[in-house]
Amino acid sequence: MATRRDFLKGALAATGAIVGAGGTAPVQARETHTVPADALGLLYDATLCVGCKACVAACKTANNNPPEFNTVDKLWDTPLDTSGYTFNLIKMYRNGTMEAKDAETNGYAFMKTSCMHCADPSCVSACPVSAMTKNPVNGIVEYNPDKCIGCRYCVLACPFGIPKYQFDDPTGRIGKCELCRHRQKDGHYSACAEVCPTGATLFGKTSDLLAEAKRRVALKPGTTTVYPRGKLGGPDQNYEGLVGNYQQHVYGEKEYGGTQVLKLSGVPFEKVGMPNLPPYSSAATSETIQHTLYGGLLMPVAVLGALSWIAKRNVKPEDGEGEQS
Amino acid sequence: MSAHHAKPAPVGGSLFNSVTLTAGILIAIMAAILLVRFIYGLGSVTALNDGYPWGIWIVVDVMIGSAFACGGFSVAMLVYIFNKGEYHPLVRPALLASLFGYTLAGVGVIFDLGRWWNVWNMYWPWSVNFNSVMFEVAICITLYIVVMWIEFSPVVMEKFGLYELKKKIGKYMFFVIALGTLLPMMHQSSLGTMWVVLGTQVHQLWQTPAVPLLFLLTAIVMGYAVVLFESCVASSAYRRSIEMHLLTPMAKVMLGVLAAYLAVRLGDLVVRGALGSAFNLSLESLMFWIEIACFVAPFFVIGTENQRRNPARLFVAGILLMLAGSLLRLNGFLIGYDTGGGYHYFPSLPELLVTVGMFAAEVLGYIVITRRFPVLPRETQHA
Repeated sequence: MATRRDFLKGALAATGAIVGAGGTAPVQARETHTVPADALGLLYDATLCVGCKACVAACKTANNNPPEFNTVDKLWDTPLDTSGYTFNLIKMYRNGTMEAKDAETNGYAFMKTSCMHCADPSCVSACPVSAMTKNPVNGIVEYNPDKCIGCRYCVLACPFGIPKYQFDDPTGRIGKCELCRHRQKDGHYSACAEVCPTGATLFGKTSDLLAEAKRRVALKPGTTTVYPRGKLGGPDQNYEGLVGNYQQHVYGEKEYGGTQVLKLSGVPFEKVGMPNLPPYSSAATSETIQHTLYGGLLMPVAVLGALSWIAKRNVKPEDGEGEQS
Repeated sequence: MSAHHAKPAPVGGSLFNSVTLTAGILIAIMAAILLVRFIYGLGSVTALNDGYPWGIWIVVDVMIGSAFACGGFSVAMLVYIFNKGEYHPLVRPALLASLFGYTLAGVGVIFDLGRWWNVWNMYWPWSVNFNSVMFEVAICITLYIVVMWIEFSPVVMEKFGLYELKKKIGKYMFFVIALGTLLPMMHQSSLGTMWVVLGTQVHQLWQTPAVPLLFLLTAIVMGYAVVLFESCVASSAYRRSIEMHLLTPMAKVMLGVLAAYLAVRLGDLVVRGALGSAFNLSLESLMFWIEIACFVAPFFVIGTENQRRNPARLFVAGILLMLAGSLLRLNGFLIGYDTGGGYHYFPSLPELLVTVGMFAAEVLGYIVITRRFPVLPRETQHA
């Protein structure tokens, strides 16, 4: 961390020295934002997931998305990845004989793919028109198609590959999970968690979900424990189940500075498609550079003043550009 | 400024020849493809996908196109900031090419915007996001296009005999020129900063917080390289003598900036400990070495004063550096970019034809204006 920031400062000072023609700039790295106190999120526990994809279907219904066909007969919704029309997907890990669930060798496992609702989202930092914003209270990363210019910088920026664009539509939108925020006013929560039969996808406050995740990884594999379903702290839908062989890692606790969606898995996360990310957000790096160079427009105005002074001496007033005396 | 420069004058001649006709056909093809794009969406003509949401329309037409259009900025900086008045005859042609390059890059962005009717939000105070690198780039480029049209306006005023107006504007031209030097510094560096937020998705050979400086230096180098290229092509096409007395010393300035760039580039790779990955066998490392080779080769092509007096060598060096700067941008945004999930991208034929059409529009515009407006130095006086 320290070396990275020192290097960042050095690089910025060098750029500043050139752009600012020797002007000194107060270089202060912006820290990665943290998750809001009342952040909402999901906990996905791959060891509980049975791969029924009820969450995928519920997500489609809740967001009024059409099915996507990838088989010849076109009978079922068969998206191969999240897309502008598929905001949630269960992917499968397979290895060797696929005998045991949640085993890395000769096993299989599931993994949910959907927006992680980062503490410091790249998509929000990238968006030039504030069409992608982070709710200051519940931390949901929200999309507003009425502002969106369709530049797809968010698609490019997200380290999880989440915002997707509807390329087949002349008025295509960005599509991504917004934790079913449009269903909150009816007393609903994320559809994927509502329908999950095993509680593999659990809705709740991120702080509560993190505590629940840490409780689970501390348990002894093979013993039994109580698993909640639906909404953590909601109506009692608990059941008793076997404790899986967890990786001692709550994905999303530290990744990219923290995410509001957390994940548990029996197979190492990189094997099930979750990227190995640093504990800080690139949005912080990018904004540090931008605000160092352009904060308060101090440096540009100073440089403009210097350039004007020099140019005034070198351009003859009666000439105008391109004229010779 | 010295008094013995040739005054700019229209080249004259017919506007209808095989080059302008070809350019016209290519532009018509582009228009047809764009019609399909606007009716059926980006997916109908491009190979873009969610793993590669940006293709050549952004990386080539806008990123590389605008860097090619840095000739005006690079030469104006030399003339007005470093007070090298002797380069003055190069200003107008370079500025014209820049004007076209940037205006077309600005138009090209619209082709690529999926929800282009919302573009006003980019300038709407209640919508803009001051944290977004793209916002800064967009504002700067928009302003710069306006500034360049003002910088170029004396040419139009001369043509139509508006000498009074020209004189009035001339009084403030120093400020316009200063602005026209500052703005490209800002957005050309920020075009590089745009990939910082992509984080680890960009290969470590390119992902660095020093990228704004790398983009700024290469934009200046590419600006001079384009002037070398254009001067050679224009003199050959219009059968004019080449301004070797200007290009030879300018090429030396270019090599100086290039040396500074290579020092920063190498230093950055060493400090970050990223140089090792250049020796892995991969597409990224191969492209990295091709990019570096193109940046280094000009020292062998025009390294000596004698070599810089050879127009063919200047032409080759110009092309090498245009290619080198293009590769830096292409490598960081497309070849060294990987979001995971096994996506692939290679531009579709219609996509390529639109890029070709954009460059054809630039060539056509340059020909029409240099033949009809006083841009290039009058040929009869000075050789």
